[in-house]
Amino acid sequence: MIQLIDIEKVYRTKTIETVALHRVNLHVERGEFVSIMGPSGCGKSTLLNIMGLLDEPTSGHVAIDGQPVKTHSDSKLAKLRNEKIGFVFQSYHLIYDLSVVDNVELPLLYRNVSGSDRRKRALEALEKVGLSARTKHFPNQLSGGQRQRVAIARALAGNPEIILADEPTGNLDSVMGEEIMDILLRLNQEEGTTIVMVTHDENMALKTNRLIRFFDGQQVADSRVLEAQI
Amino acid sequence: MLKNYLKIAWAVLQRRKFFTFISLFGISFTLMVLMVVTSLFDHVFGPQMPERESDRLLFVNNLREQFKNDGMSSGPPSYYFLDRYVRSLKTPENISINSIFTTVNSYVNNKKLTLDLKFTDEAFWEILEFNFLEGRPFSAQEVANATRVAVINQNTRKSYFGDKEAVGQYIEVDQVKYKVIGVVKDVPALRLHSYADLWVPITLKSQDFKRTSLRGSYFATIKAKKASDVPKIKDEYGQMMQQLNKQVSKEDKEVHSYADNIFGTFARSFLGGGTKDKSTFLYMILAGAAFLFMLLPTINLVNINISRIMERSSEIGVRKAFGASSKTIIGQFVVENIFLTLLGGMLGFLISAGVLEIINNSGIIAYADLGLNLRVFAWGLLLCLVFGLVSGVYPAFKMSRLNAVEALKGGSK
Repeated sequence: MIQLIDIEKVYRTKTIETVALHRVNLHVERGEFVSIMGPSGCGKSTLLNIMGLLDEPTSGHVAIDGQPVKTHSDSKLAKLRNEKIGFVFQSYHLIYDLSVVDNVELPLLYRNVSGSDRRKRALEALEKVGLSARTKHFPNQLSGGQRQRVAIARALAGNPEIILADEPTGNLDSVMGEEIMDILLRLNQEEGTTIVMVTHDENMALKTNRLIRFFDGQQVADSRVLEAQI
Repeated sequence: MLKNYLKIAWAVLQRRKFFTFISLFGISFTLMVLMVVTSLFDHVFGPQMPERESDRLLFVNNLREQFKNDGMSSGPPSYYFLDRYVRSLKTPENISINSIFTTVNSYVNNKKLTLDLKFTDEAFWEILEFNFLEGRPFSAQEVANATRVAVINQNTRKSYFGDKEAVGQYIEVDQVKYKVIGVVKDVPALRLHSYADLWVPITLKSQDFKRTSLRGSYFATIKAKKASDVPKIKDEYGQMMQQLNKQVSKEDKEVHSYADNIFGTFARSFLGGGTKDKSTFLYMILAGAAFLFMLLPTINLVNINISRIMERSSEIGVRKAFGASSKTIIGQFVVENIFLTLLGGMLGFLISAGVLEIINNSGIIAYADLGLNLRVFAWGLLLCLVFGLVSGVYPAFKMSRLNAVEALKGGSK
């Protein structure tokens, strides 16, 4: 589904060169729920951004469904993100000037979908995350957990094959965190959505079916590889 | 998508009220000035009564005699020149000769009334579309007989006769009595070729007819059968002038005169005469002046827009993450900015209406009837769109280049 081949990411300023990712090779299969763990600054989010085609690697290749994306234009990358990928961010990144349902419609705005169909699909996505009663509210009228559920509904609205979640429970208390995790697990198990989640929470990570650990920009452990070795 | 853009544009406007006020003030003030100028322009050069069919009208209001010894004389042509040469043109549908207006005095209830009087022929009334409130224009017979009849304007009727009907009564100006046969709606003083307070038959000034000099104090108004005939008339006019120059060459001089549309006559006199039609050049100068006038508020708006959009970098990141390309982002911000400028334009329009009303009532321009008609509205709308595009494209382009990851970091909430 997503293939990262020899990915390097180096941030350069005039005086300093920081290696964020070093020789990362990773293949995420369709239907997997992968969690990525590691200390702060080890390159987890950078990896997720490269997987989500939001950032470019310094070297190496990214392939989605076997197709390398290196030569894709800005418009083609935008189309791929729109149709294949849904994002969930730690800090929600909702648009605070738009209502809940308008936020959820966002991915469908960039497709040829009629206004009524957009609204219908956004409401369905909100129902999946249990927020049907809050469609007309604005993000600042919701709790953190509710905001994250809106963000998940937004990621779902476009019916993507992959959800990339960057510490989706990081800003939430444990109860709300569990609720969000349950939604993601249900999506993966019932709808077969591929999910890649960056997390600091070992308990959350253990609920997924593959755990990858990072340290200093390098992949140091992959539970699937370990299982294969055992 | 548009609805979504407008929703967010409206929300952003409400969120940052001070920014919104500054932006709207700048836009509406700039557009107000431009719309007032446009209205004034339309008032002077547009197809307004009585020169409604301006695309079929040509005017002759200047004749320049260039002497071989470097001397030059320029001014309105004479009755002789217009009658003998201009009236000989075959292409036009109709030609009128009329004098420049002269100031005359009248007394009513021991109060002095200063009026502008114009001598005209019957063709003047056939060519121009005056709005008659009472009576009729003078006929060919009355012109031929030099009958002392007059058409007056609405304001003169009010000043001289009060609220009573004027037709059939007499008006005395410079100790000469004229019978009023018609009353027309006031013509703005800026319409130099048609304006007067009082119009009387040209034959009452027949002493001018005998003078054979080419320069004098008359205008000609030429009407083409159709708009497409205008270039043919100009060509014929040019040929007629060539013939005339052959005749006058023995007097060691050259004569130049042109039949131009109303803007052309202004362009030629404003830009110092010359043989070429300077309308295009003057249009360019005016467009350049409007551009320069708009430049400063545009730069200001660009800066405000950049700070406005910078605040929304997180939104740009989110939109990119969910499938907006750079082009789509540019489109969104340009649409938002056009929405803002249209709002400013609407405000500017309302303020312009007020300012024009003040100008109309102030008497700065006699009989001014400045207004916001469809033409001015269309120009105003075009100005708004240009303003919105110019001030929105650069900030939108700059922000669309933002890396999505950086944009997301820029404004997390």
